[in-house]
Amino acid sequence: MNFSAQSKAFALLLSVGLVAGCSSTGGTSEEGEYGSDVSAVDQDGGSTVYGGDDQDGVSSSAMTEEERMEAREQAEQQALREITVFYFDFDTAEIKQEARDVLVAHARFLANNPGQNVRIEGHADERGTKEYNLALGERRANAVQRFLIVNGASRGQLETVSYGEEKPAVMGSSESAWAQNRRVELVFE
Amino acid sequence: MRHRSWHNPSRAFLIALVLFFTAVSGARAELLIRITEGAGSAIPVAVVPFAESGQMPAGEKVSSIVQSNLTMTGEFRTLAPDKMLSLPSKREEVYFRDWRLLGQRYVLVGALTRSGDRVQARYELFDVNREERILGETAAAPASNMRSLAHHISDKVYEAITGVPGAFSTKLAYVTLDTANGKPRYRLQVSDVDGKRARIRLESQEPILSPAWSPDGKKLAYVSFETGKPVIFVHELSSGERTKVADFPGLNSAPAWSDDGRSLLMTLSKDGNAEIYRMNLASRELTKLTNHWAIDTEPTWDASGRGIFFTSDRSGGPQIYHMETPGAEPRRITFGSRYNARPRPDNDGKFVYYVHQRDRAFHIARTELKTGEETILTRTESDESPSVAPNGRMLIYATRQEGTNVLTVISADGGAAYSLPASEGDVREPAWGPLVR
Repeated sequence: MNFSAQSKAFALLLSVGLVAGCSSTGGTSEEGEYGSDVSAVDQDGGSTVYGGDDQDGVSSSAMTEEERMEAREQAEQQALREITVFYFDFDTAEIKQEARDVLVAHARFLANNPGQNVRIEGHADERGTKEYNLALGERRANAVQRFLIVNGASRGQLETVSYGEEKPAVMGSSESAWAQNRRVELVFE
Repeated sequence: MRHRSWHNPSRAFLIALVLFFTAVSGARAELLIRITEGAGSAIPVAVVPFAESGQMPAGEKVSSIVQSNLTMTGEFRTLAPDKMLSLPSKREEVYFRDWRLLGQRYVLVGALTRSGDRVQARYELFDVNREERILGETAAAPASNMRSLAHHISDKVYEAITGVPGAFSTKLAYVTLDTANGKPRYRLQVSDVDGKRARIRLESQEPILSPAWSPDGKKLAYVSFETGKPVIFVHELSSGERTKVADFPGLNSAPAWSDDGRSLLMTLSKDGNAEIYRMNLASRELTKLTNHWAIDTEPTWDASGRGIFFTSDRSGGPQIYHMETPGAEPRRITFGSRYNARPRPDNDGKFVYYVHQRDRAFHIARTELKTGEETILTRTESDESPSVAPNGRMLIYATRQEGTNVLTVISADGGAAYSLPASEGDVREPAWGPLVR
């Protein structure tokens, strides 16, 4: 109950702040009608009225910080999206923890770019039988497809294909080659 | 079931014939045989060079093809002609005592006669101990086809001695991968079982998988990625005509013919998950035979032609299952390790053969269906794609040897026989063709 009352009060404060903000903007734009010069001054004044000199500094730096964060986030997302290959353990289709953030970034990108299609290619290492590996590659591709859909991509953007063990990324019969071949690749089209 | 002691690899000193691909006139590749090991307890047979009258075609002699065929099985040890005391070509010339002295159990003699563009062979097989003729026949073939004549004689000799039809006249289908020029070239090829007379039936830059012979030996079903995804084709060998029979969304894979050649078992994932279906080839009507969230694939009819073996990971990892009738509740067959896949039946319902993981290695193993007893048959460690000869006596599979994929033939209970490496790339996906009379 207490908590609920507190949060109500907090919400109220917030909404007051918002209203104040709105009225300030309103005032500024009203005053802006007098001319661009005046408007600029008044905007400053407006800021002063609602934020004070110090807060003006804080406020404007908060804006750029936000922008910077957004830019950083965008760069981060883009960097994440540069990763398009995801690895699996032997005979599993479980998406690894480290792949999740990257796949979420891809899913968001796809959600924001509905015209973008992607082919999800599932692969297996050479061990075991070819036909079972074909089905295993498909299971891996399907797991990634489901993950992308759950995180915002739409089914129509996604196409899956399994190559089983037929298209290894790395030739050879070592643990390291196998680990690099058990994978799903996203191919943006 | 005579003469089985050689099969025990610990006692026997085994025969292995190594067959190499050699590039012959561009895209064509053939196999050469090299004997690398010998078989101590194999049956001694003397194949006497056949007498010849008239102009014989150039190339390998009929009797030497018969000799290498018999040796190839690992069940026979043949006598080099220069060790023979005489070279008889008919019964009156056979001195059994001489052959007994040379330690021979059987003697094959014969004569070839050219008439027009055909060659006739008259041949006789003798049991040295009983001093009896156990086979006598004449057979003819076009002069251009001495190899088929030799395979026919080999089949008859094999059957006369073992009681089981020979499989020397059958064909092998397999896929080679050539990456020499940077671009992968997958080639579906058909050859004699000794690797000779290989012919390319399909060439593609995309993978070709799972060739499967129709029961009459006239068609191959296979999976081709030529359209960018796995699609099942049926390919008529005489005309080269190809029909796309399954091109549904998702997987179209693992085709297997029914005994009557009218339907194909296959794996489709059009409903989101790999399930086994039966397709009537005339109507293209599909019947779904499994319905499980697990992977169900690699179906094959059992020896009776009524039940189906397949691979499923419904227990957590791939294992072999059997359905008494299509769609019946499956019974798990394999329990020996966490990875058993790609079943292939024998031809009398006693065993099922499959790929078996033991520790880090993949071997070919078999389980006796009545007892559930499992035997690992191979010592190689990256084994795939077992395919049983139509007479049930031998089995071919794909494995790796010195970094390349090769085919190896073993006896059905595990004796080593011979392997078929490719000099200009990999060989994989062997399918042993049917006996065609």
